Amino acid sequence: MTFNIYDFTSFNRWIDEGLNSIMSPTWALITEMAIIGIVFLLFYAVVGLFLVYAERKVCAFMQNRVGPNRVGPYGIFQTIADFIKLLMKELVYIKDSDKLLFNIAPFIVIIASFMALSAIPFAKGLHAIDFDIGILYVIAVSSLGVVGILLAGWSSNNKYSLIGAMRSGAQIVSYELSVGLSLLTIIVLSGTMQFSQIVEMQSNGWFIFKGHIPAFIAFVVFLISSTAETNRGPFDLAEAESELTAGFHTEYSGIKFAFFFLAEYMNMFLVASIAATVFLGGWMPFHVSGWAGFNTIMDYIPPLVWYFGKTAFIIWLMMLFKWTFPRLRIDQLLTLEWKYLLPINLVNILFMAFLVLMHWHF
Amino acid sequence: MKEIINLPVSKIDEEEYHINMGPQHPSTHGVLRLVVSLQGEIVKNLKPHCGYIHRGIEKMCEKDTYPQIIHLTDRIDYLSSHISNHAVCLLVEKALEIEIPERVQYIRTIMDELTRIQSHQLWWSSFGMDLGGLTCFFYGLRDREMILDIWEETTGSRFLQSYNCPGGVMQDIHPNFQKKVHAFLKTFKKKIKDYDRILSGNVIFENRSQGVGILSKEDAISYGVTGPSGRGSGWSCDVRKTEPYSMYSKVQFNEVLRYECDTYSRYMVRMQEMHESMNIIEQLIDNIPAGDHSAKMKAVIKLPAGEYFQQVESARGELGLYVVSDGNKTPYRMKFRTPSFSNLSVLDHISRDMKIADLVAIGASLDLVIPDIDR
Amino acid sequence: MDNDSLTARILEIVPDAQLEENKQFLTFLVPAANLHDLALKLKSSPELAFDFLFCVSGVDYGKQLAVVYHLNSTQHKHALVIKVKTDDRANPNFDTVCDIWRTAEFHERETYDMFGIRFNNHPDLRRIFLEEDWKGYPLRKDYVDEVNIVEF
Repeated sequence: MTFNIYDFTSFNRWIDEGLNSIMSPTWALITEMAIIGIVFLLFYAVVGLFLVYAERKVCAFMQNRVGPNRVGPYGIFQTIADFIKLLMKELVYIKDSDKLLFNIAPFIVIIASFMALSAIPFAKGLHAIDFDIGILYVIAVSSLGVVGILLAGWSSNNKYSLIGAMRSGAQIVSYELSVGLSLLTIIVLSGTMQFSQIVEMQSNGWFIFKGHIPAFIAFVVFLISSTAETNRGPFDLAEAESELTAGFHTEYSGIKFAFFFLAEYMNMFLVASIAATVFLGGWMPFHVSGWAGFNTIMDYIPPLVWYFGKTAFIIWLMMLFKWTFPRLRIDQLLTLEWKYLLPINLVNILFMAFLVLMHWHF
Repeated sequence: MKEIINLPVSKIDEEEYHINMGPQHPSTHGVLRLVVSLQGEIVKNLKPHCGYIHRGIEKMCEKDTYPQIIHLTDRIDYLSSHISNHAVCLLVEKALEIEIPERVQYIRTIMDELTRIQSHQLWWSSFGMDLGGLTCFFYGLRDREMILDIWEETTGSRFLQSYNCPGGVMQDIHPNFQKKVHAFLKTFKKKIKDYDRILSGNVIFENRSQGVGILSKEDAISYGVTGPSGRGSGWSCDVRKTEPYSMYSKVQFNEVLRYECDTYSRYMVRMQEMHESMNIIEQLIDNIPAGDHSAKMKAVIKLPAGEYFQQVESARGELGLYVVSDGNKTPYRMKFRTPSFSNLSVLDHISRDMKIADLVAIGASLDLVIPDIDR
Repeated sequence: MDNDSLTARILEIVPDAQLEENKQFLTFLVPAANLHDLALKLKSSPELAFDFLFCVSGVDYGKQLAVVYHLNSTQHKHALVIKVKTDDRANPNFDTVCDIWRTAEFHERETYDMFGIRFNNHPDLRRIFLEEDWKGYPLRKDYVDEVNIVEF
């Protein structure tokens, strides 16, 4: 079932050979890095803008509104207009703030999400880097973002920011565990941490189906804890508009605020794509073993469509959470993690290991 | 200035720090400032600082005639403006011993209850928003719009109506009034189920509100916490039952009481009250008797010398009006006993040792309207 | 308790109390010295049980300054109005009742703010609506503010 008509490996190799034939290997490498950097920057900006637009439309749908509909057809240029506005806004200078940390914080947040993006496979052969410890790398890098949030809260010299940052710290440190453990459940099943291999292994059925109940439990736990990890409602305690005005980014304005804003949406995209890759087969089409004709038809749908479709579905779920539920309190948030999700996760891993040992999975 | 800088805390604790919630803060719903002493996230002490929109209405009343005062009372509690108008009218009519046409009684009661519903709708919206459920806000405002449209047609104003005048109402109801109220009742009976679905039964909401901000019945009475907040503590304090005015003695309705004494019970009281208000309107709307929309009044209204008191049940609690008259066309002294003012005083007591998030929920459950505090 | 027995009971506690004419409520003018004692008894006696203080208003009667307490009993459903007056306009002074009815704390602060009437033993007697450095007491009849008040 390795047949795939949309393989980007040869495309990558063609660019690589082309560059190597016209310049020295060192320059070719640098050029390749630059190309990847530019592509990712563009991708980042486009996805960010689109997600903000999507969030507004979903939110409007939930709230019986129309949403943005003035700038461009169906308001699709609204977010672009907003970002131009944010770019032109004054960067307010905060008295007695720790200037270095204050300025550096948004970059840490955005770099963390940017780095994590590089390990995600978008299609066969279409990824910046294919680590053999891809999952570990993504977990490690994406949790760097909390440093930025803590710094932002600390350096703003504002009590609201500080409370927000402390909440965010407690929250992310706790929910890291659940995110990691629920991914570990799948690693037990797959036996590898490499994203490309995880995806390949799902060619005859996605892990959420292959892994029986434990995989499904892990998926639900991952959804909950990753929503919490991205600081989105109902776990948006770090921002908690009605309590802390805007939490850790109270004092930020203009493009620095836009960085936090963008990073939040990119983190959401990131966890959604991890969920899609690990549980729903990433770019792998929907295959049912034995149905060769059906599988071939599914193969004709491009992997990028599969990948973005799955990611969009999970993002949509997360948006529905945000616009439906009220916010938790900090102690309830930690109770949920330490008293419920963590034990469930640990038992779930044992359960999954047992399944794998007995070869009860598909 | 010295006293402002020295923050009003009885004991300075090394662990404690202060934050100013307000005067500009999303959850104070106006310009109220709460100086909160915190230990980590836990509220240790809280001092409300009010007066940011103190307009001196009591002083202004001493210069105004009674029909003019009605327009000021709109601005006290802008969410139950009709009920505040009603209080002044009742006081003047009681002092002058005027018989009010039955039609006026009906119209006023219906308007009062519409006011109560829209106030509770807005309260529900902002309550949901304070707890982080932003969708609630739009649900509430959407349905409130229908009431505002009804008012606009009859009174000419959507918000600050000044529809009552001593002796009656300003003008007769619009021909569409009954039809539109029926339409509203029909729609809202369906929509209020959405309210329950999105917030009341939600497990996060229940955890956020149950057992939070316990206000015992004794404390409620001692602090004078009236209205739905008091009834959430099991105190039967509905003026519509204890001192009935207008049509309230003739309609059938239940005084909603709950005994859990927490934020959730205050929430449920208001939700139930919306049902009761719809019930009252249903009993009245089809039976509005024909007649004049106002009694004959003298051009200049002078209250006989003496002291008068009138309570009404506003959407937030007991609104008391105390007037000292020296026989002139303006009151000698007019005091508004506003429900939010007393309800605010209990905030410190019930939010101690709670979290900041609870403080927001408790504040929302008391349904404070800031002009009602400051006057 | 009906008004007659209430009257008798109050005159028993405070013999100097004067009954004032009022159509709506039973109103008593009480000497300022007896206020706190009377309030305590009104609250604690089971047959009186005035547990709900629903309004505290300052009134400037020209020569005299007064504070009017509207009381209610949630058990017996009877109401009572207690009034205290003072001739001392420069330094008016009454005992606080906020240890008896907690709601009085805010209402007395408001009365202090607007009339300058001080309440002894009040835990936190500061201005509530106006700024700390405001000059004068606006609801007094002799208050003059040439900037903000326009005389017709």
